[in-house]
Amino acid sequence: MNTGTPMNTFAWLVKREYWENRGGFLWTPAIVATVFLSIMVLALVWAEFMARKNGVDINGIQLEQLTRHLGPEEMAKMQAGMDIGLLTLGVPIGIALFFVVFFYGIGALYNDRADRSALFWKSLPISDTGTVLSKVAAAIVLAPVLATFALIALQLGFLILMSLYALLHGINPFPLLWSPTHLVAMWVKLFLMLPVNALWALPTIGWLLLCSSFARSKPFLWAVMLPIFAGVLNSWIGLMNHLSLSNTWFWRHIVGRLLTSIFPGSWLDAEQLREGFQEAGGMHVGVNGISPTLTFEAIGNALATPDMLIGIVAGAAMIAGAIYFRRQRTESYA
Amino acid sequence: MNMDMPQVSSTTPIISARGLSKRYGATVALDNVNLQILPGRIVGLIGPNGAGKTTALRAILGLSEFDGELSVLGLDPRTHRTELMEQVCFIADVAVLPRWLRVADAVDFVAGVHPRFSREKCEKFLARTKIKHTQRVRELSKGMIVQLHLALVMAIDAKLLVLDEPTLGLDILYRKEFYESLLNDYFDHEKTILVTTHQIEEIERILTDLMFIKDGRIILDASMEAVGDRYAEVMVAPDKADAARALKPLSERQIFGKSVFLFDGADQAHLSTLGELHKPSVADLFVATMKGTYA
Repeated sequence: MNTGTPMNTFAWLVKREYWENRGGFLWTPAIVATVFLSIMVLALVWAEFMARKNGVDINGIQLEQLTRHLGPEEMAKMQAGMDIGLLTLGVPIGIALFFVVFFYGIGALYNDRADRSALFWKSLPISDTGTVLSKVAAAIVLAPVLATFALIALQLGFLILMSLYALLHGINPFPLLWSPTHLVAMWVKLFLMLPVNALWALPTIGWLLLCSSFARSKPFLWAVMLPIFAGVLNSWIGLMNHLSLSNTWFWRHIVGRLLTSIFPGSWLDAEQLREGFQEAGGMHVGVNGISPTLTFEAIGNALATPDMLIGIVAGAAMIAGAIYFRRQRTESYA
Repeated sequence: MNMDMPQVSSTTPIISARGLSKRYGATVALDNVNLQILPGRIVGLIGPNGAGKTTALRAILGLSEFDGELSVLGLDPRTHRTELMEQVCFIADVAVLPRWLRVADAVDFVAGVHPRFSREKCEKFLARTKIKHTQRVRELSKGMIVQLHLALVMAIDAKLLVLDEPTLGLDILYRKEFYESLLNDYFDHEKTILVTTHQIEEIERILTDLMFIKDGRIILDASMEAVGDRYAEVMVAPDKADAARALKPLSERQIFGKSVFLFDGADQAHLSTLGELHKPSVADLFVATMKGTYA
């Protein structure tokens, strides 16, 4: 038995977070995926029903001939569009993950003080550092990994649904929908994004945990109102203008990073994204750039930006602060 | 087992404090407290609300900052909390187990993180209760939560057990069972128990040592035998009451038309000439000593 070794203890701590937050980490993305698929089934059934009722006949043969006569270029374009479609399915899951992790972070070091169970956890040989880091890991590793599996399940469900619909109309779904290299490459990217997402999320999760650990009551207000108030105050007195930085800069790089960096893929540059979408319609798809907006290169480059590096340092500092207050505060005084 | 842990012999104190102080703003919670607790003792730390009991326990457990010197099992609780918690257990108040926790998971978790936890022992204690492994804490009654907590804690082979109002709000059956389990299945000459409670009557027979704390100071620190030697209660008929009063009793109360006087350090042979001599109960002693606390 290796009871009590730091790694073993850490594994149990993360497991504890999972037990407590199974509803948010596992069931929320699963339910969002299920609801989404159900809506899609209903929409397809309705579309089919309306089409029959109005005597519209979707001519499958022609559609299939269309795909058969596509050149390699057009085919690649279609598949790039397909990738974007499949990635878009990540939006509802991403939104769900954002809210789950946001409220998890606010409560993680506060709720057990409010209900006094912190006294039980602190009666065990667990360091405060281990406790806080296990909560960081739960927020930026465990929850996103589970959400990613939910997304993949949703994508598979979507593909199966579309294939059935295609088959119903006599179209062979395989060449367009089920390209194994495409799907595997996209899933590899989804998993490659996880560490980048996790590092990018550090300032937000650090800030939330710091508030959760520090606040004697109402950690939500601390976490949300303080940055927003600072932003408003700054816009008002225009402090940043003196540093030749705009107010937008403050909102985006301070307020935004403190509150929204846990959104998966929020490190992707919006401008680049738009260009990427446009290029998807052009020639730039390339052999490797399977999803044009999300190249392996873009994932790697994101790690070396000053935004990323400064965020990591700030996040680590706030996590250290959360550990400090975790040690000081045993109960809340709400 | 932690090899760096200092060896504790029967004469090295488990807890030793010198000049222990703690203030919250203008309030003095602990005022220069000196104390020593030896292994194999069951010490009751008794005091009125706000006297500093919980503050003292929090300091001993490394849960709050303090001034002065404090050594628990040879370690400074401020800097070695995690190591200390391998040898120290505590039940702080009733019902602090997280409500979402499942019983089976609680056992697994403690077994996973605590090197001195015995799963067999814990299962044995749980088997005596009506607690089911599939239940969550929120489904248990307050008494059952304490049974679960006690089963977890008694399965840990710790040197020091700290109990802060462990039976508050429980009915008498659970309270009796709680202390009986502790005595029969847990306590031995190598273990030390430090307990605070307001239900003095129930623990008085199990204590080996008594400490009274008032306004952040320890005002009584003695073994139960010493307390018995030092304090005496005499039931005096009205005709001898003035003679008794002349000996400066700590307190006087009336029962069945007679006066009961509590004396500190008076000559017991002389007292017995005034009336019937008793050992005072800790509760009576407490009331006499704490007179005027809330006035």
